[in-house]
This record gives sequence, C-alpha cells and structure tokens, in this order.
Amino acid sequence: MKRWLPLVVFLVLVGFFAKGLFLNPREVPSPFIGKAAPAFTTTEVCQPSKLFSAADMKGKVWLLNVWSTWCPSCESEHEILLELSQKTSAPIVGLVYKELRGDSNIDKRKVKELASNEESALVCQRVTDRLQQLGNPYALSILDNEGKIGIDYGVYGVPETFIIDKEGVIRYKQPGVITDKSMQEVILPKLKELGA
Amino acid sequence: MKSLLFSLLLALTTPVFAGEALPVGEDPAIEQRMIKLSEELRCLVCQNESLAGSHAELAEDLREEIRVQMKAGKDDKEVINYLTTRYGDFVLYRPPFKPLTLLLWLGPALFLVLGAGIWYFTLNKRSKLKETPVDEKQLAAAAHLLEDNK
Repeated sequence: MKRWLPLVVFLVLVGFFAKGLFLNPREVPSPFIGKAAPAFTTTEVCQPSKLFSAADMKGKVWLLNVWSTWCPSCESEHEILLELSQKTSAPIVGLVYKELRGDSNIDKRKVKELASNEESALVCQRVTDRLQQLGNPYALSILDNEGKIGIDYGVYGVPETFIIDKEGVIRYKQPGVITDKSMQEVILPKLKELGA
Repeated sequence: MKSLLFSLLLALTTPVFAGEALPVGEDPAIEQRMIKLSEELRCLVCQNESLAGSHAELAEDLREEIRVQMKAGKDDKEVINYLTTRYGDFVLYRPPFKPLTLLLWLGPALFLVLGAGIWYFTLNKRSKLKETPVDEKQLAAAAHLLEDNK
C-alpha cells in the first residue's frame, strides 16, 4: 500500500489539473442567477418617445440579448437567434450596447459631442440596416448608448444573453455566443421549465 | 576666458527637477483613490490586468463609474460592493474569507501542518532505527570482505 501512495497522490493531482485545463476561464459565474433583474428604463431603438423598463416584462418569461452591430460574434450569433425566436414564444429583447461609443472604428470623442438624440438617430439607422439585412429576431430593440445598463447587468463582453422569468428573476446567463448546442441543451429546456 | 566664464555659469546653475506628474482627471484626490482601489480589482476583459492598468473599453467605463461613485461620496467598501454585486467576487484579486474560500485561505497553513507532521514522524522513525545495535558478527564479515578486495 505504502509503495502506491506517491502514485495515488500523483493521479489525484493529474485529475485536478486535467479538470482545470478544460475549464473556461472566460466564463465568469454571474452573481445574478436567482436574483431580481436590475431595474432600468430606456427607450426603444428608433422610437425615442417609447419608454421601456424591465418591469414592463413582469408576467412574461423573456430573453435579454445584449449586442451591437460592431461585434463580429454577435453577427455570427444572429442566425441562431432567428432560429431561437422561431422555436420559442418567449420574446427576445435586444439591448443595443454602446452602438457608437463601443465601435473602435469611430472616434469616441466625436460621439460624445453629439446630442443624445443625434446619437440615437445614428444608432437607429445602423441597427435597422443590420436587421433588414440579416432578419429580425427581436420582439423589441432597446438602447444602451452609454453602456450603463450593461454595467448594471454585469456585462463584460457582447454578446451576452439573460433568461428572466415571470417574476423578473434572472435564471440563466449565457456569456458569449449562443451555439446550436447551448440553445438545444440549455436555453430551450430552461425556457420550457419556466413556462414560456 | 570665455570657456571659463561658461563653466562658471554652468557651476552656478541650480538643478531643477520635474515634479511628479499629476494624475489626470478633475479631482486628484479622487483620482488617486480610484487608482489605488482599482489596482486591487481585476479587469474582466483582460483577466490578467488590473482595472487600473487595463486599456479595455469596459475597464475605462468602470473606472469612470468608480469616479462618479466616489464623487457622490461613497466609500471604498461601498464601491467594491457595487462591483461585486455585478461581477461577483471574481473582480477581487483578494478573495474574501468565507466558507467557499476556506481551503484557499487555510490551505497553506494546512499543508504546513501536514508537512511538519510527516517530517516529525519520519525523523522519529529514523532515530529509532539507529538504536538497533549492529550485529558484531555481520560487522566482522563486512570488514573481512573489504580486506579481501584490497
């Protein structure tokens, strides 16, 4: 028995390292799961007079997808979102995150000089173009020009998707792109479980 | 003569040192507090960089947010609270002491005790080994063998 002890210790260590090797360090566990979705009020894209707040969705299971047109992963996620919108009755709300201020091709200082309605008008145009080109999976598109809502939701990279239940509690967060696998195995079952 | 005068002039000049660069931002006190605090925080985009040193867009936004909160009179603890409710303990380079991190904090002490235990028992065993007397006959046989080889 004693002779085998070093080997056993070694194998246990190998086990730990192997596990660590396949963990994804980018996947930061969200502290929001099981907590109430942060309240916010903003306006709809292209409709500055229409207000939207998270509380409006009470009683519905819904998805909040944080995206922007400058984000390449969001573009690759678009198709799966379209598919998802067909497969579920839960509305997908698209939060357009820092559409101008986050775009590295645009001088941020110049954006900050714009009046907020001018900025929103430009965002409207860019988002409309994109959605016309690729299709629109969103029940609703809302604005987060400054990225403040993103910060409140702990967003650290677009795209990110939240599933929020009827009571307004965040039940799941997908950091990064929704894949076919995660849609089939996690998101759709979760939506079903929540009664969407 | 001219060169002598020149060197005299050189000798008479008093050195002037540049002052330490002031932190950018409107309020240096807040800026300093912000930098000190954000050095303890992890940037979520470039995870090996602190929030103070990162050029990531999100880090910039968060630094701005910290500034705003400090200006609003929140203390360091409240600001950290604000960030951990959004991003979890993951943003802290110094994880808090709680049941989940018990092994992390006490692990080194645990291993020290374990090592000391092993050390003690091994030494104990060795000193016991020495006490067993060597057989006189065997010793003579060994000496004899060595003699032979000469």
